[in-house]
Amino acid sequence: MKMISGIPTSKGIGIGIAVVLGQNENFSKFIGQKITSTEIENNLERFDMARKATSAYIEKTKVKASEVLGDKEAQMFKAYKMLLDDPILNDMVLKNMKIQLLCAEAAVIEAVDKIKAMFLAINNEYMKQRAEDVENVGKYIINALQGIESIDLSHLGIDSILIAKDLTPADTVALDKKHIKGFATQKGGKTSHTAIVARTLEIPALVGCGESILEITSGDLVIIDGELGVLMLNPGKEELEEYSLKQKRYLEISEDEKMLKNELAQTLDGRCVELVGNITVPEEAINVLDKGGDGVGLFRTEFLYLDRSELPTEEEQFKAYKKAAETLGTKPCIIRTMDIGGDKRMSNLGIAIEDNPFLGYRAIRICLKEVEVFKTQLRAILRASAYGNLKIMFPMISGLEELRAAKKIFEEVKTEAGERGIQFNENIKVGIMIEIPSAAMIADLLAKEVDFFSIGTNDLCQYTLAVDRMNEKISYLYNPLHLGVLRLIKNIIDSGHNAGIKVGMCGEMASEVENAVILLGLELDEFSMVPSGIPAIKNMIRKISFSKAKEIADNVMKMENAAEISAYIKEKFYVN
Amino acid sequence: MLTKTFVINCAIGLHARPASVLVDKAGAFNSSITMKYKEISVPLNSIIGVMALGVESGQSVEVSIAGADQEEAMAAMEFFFEKEILDL
Repeated sequence: MKMISGIPTSKGIGIGIAVVLGQNENFSKFIGQKITSTEIENNLERFDMARKATSAYIEKTKVKASEVLGDKEAQMFKAYKMLLDDPILNDMVLKNMKIQLLCAEAAVIEAVDKIKAMFLAINNEYMKQRAEDVENVGKYIINALQGIESIDLSHLGIDSILIAKDLTPADTVALDKKHIKGFATQKGGKTSHTAIVARTLEIPALVGCGESILEITSGDLVIIDGELGVLMLNPGKEELEEYSLKQKRYLEISEDEKMLKNELAQTLDGRCVELVGNITVPEEAINVLDKGGDGVGLFRTEFLYLDRSELPTEEEQFKAYKKAAETLGTKPCIIRTMDIGGDKRMSNLGIAIEDNPFLGYRAIRICLKEVEVFKTQLRAILRASAYGNLKIMFPMISGLEELRAAKKIFEEVKTEAGERGIQFNENIKVGIMIEIPSAAMIADLLAKEVDFFSIGTNDLCQYTLAVDRMNEKISYLYNPLHLGVLRLIKNIIDSGHNAGIKVGMCGEMASEVENAVILLGLELDEFSMVPSGIPAIKNMIRKISFSKAKEIADNVMKMENAAEISAYIKEKFYVN
Repeated sequence: MLTKTFVINCAIGLHARPASVLVDKAGAFNSSITMKYKEISVPLNSIIGVMALGVESGQSVEVSIAGADQEEAMAAMEFFFEKEILDL
């Protein structure tokens, strides 16, 4: 057996026979292949036939796409069809055959390359994607020329796992859930289109697996673990049994989660808390609802800024925020203003490599310097606030001065928007993340000037304990149950409540059942986490009383160290 | 032949979606329709041509129409550039 790791993008366990796509896509052998003048006619005819076959293929996929994913996704195939019918593309191909004496395949490759270069010359992200569209259409034509039907993914055998370099959106749409038990690609990232579609269809998937994926051949037995992010190639009997069990358990859990979906996050003695999700792209908002969440407690907006050379426009941001707002309806959605810096670098904001990026130029510090960039984002959020229940949250606030400066800029944006007659929610709530120890210590002062707090435990822990959690040598020191951290958390919650505001948490701590019970007892109001974590926390809350949780928290706060606390919680939990 | 200059008002410029609607629209007429931007002229029946121009928001383009149904075609272009594009 061989293990290959990838980026887990869609949960679940998939077991099946590998179907490797794209083995016939090695088109390089055709490049520049010449024909004689007597062969022109034959190549023109082949091209014409291939075009017709491709047209039928795209049409078929389009119908399928609107059934599976809705009309909006199907629009893309309309664009594919237009590219296929495009007179410029076709003229180029015909000329390549008639004048350059290239064979039909070479003629298509050459024309596609030229158009791609034209698109890439317009230096913008959008056109890069369109260049890919042209390339995909070219691939379909060449496949048709070769008599390879672009594999009809809707008719694969039962229990297959797709293995590919990259899946085109068309491929992903064509996947038939009944037969495809998972897929893994060499390229791609967590927020790529393919990944998002996989999550929507709930097919276990890994992307970005790298070159080792090329070792897999069609017919191999493959297991995909969409949770851990591993692919097992030709597993042994033991692994197979273990994973069959795991798969069964996973499906059972999914059933239980569905039962819990419409239940309140309420303790036995009637205390209700808000269970909300952390999301990275607006498309994930629907996952939060599916898992029975009450809204979004953290919409990270970095995806708009990362992996690109230009800043996102107001319009582009507006659309993303509006989409999340509309998906959630009246349920709240907290949008965190950009948190670039630290481990999330970006080339277009002139952020230099720093010795201490986590203590450096990042997040609100950049926003207060690059005021126009900040204002663009605030304007986009403000405009989108007319379409749902949006709230704004500033990250990395270390003291009152920063908070006031950020709020002042936001007020300016509001005034300008009002003057321009733009519609927005005038009472939009403004809160801050508490993730720096200094802010945690002066939470009482900050609480008077904001509408809510959200505790960011990942950074709060690393700053409080002086532990870089990426450093394996010291990662054992990273523990949110350190009393230094717990006391800060208690101070933040109590200070918020004294000032009459709600306190939430959007760090990983809130998603761990054993930690969440302490937080419940400390009277945290809102728990925000990865959407898939919501059901387990809801289950815990529904099985305990608030008074019991308070008693647990009281006892915990009197202890001396994290190990003692862990042991105590485990005992409380599993005995009762 | 009819000629008219339009300013692109939609925020993202003449990218894929607006471009595909425009090409779709132009295809409904028998007249030959071309669009000129920064001295380069492309036929409006080509989405590749339109996209490759990379017309950004706020820029202006010149549309020329010649043929039997040129009046109707120009009316459709006016509707597209002045109204429809704002919703794309």
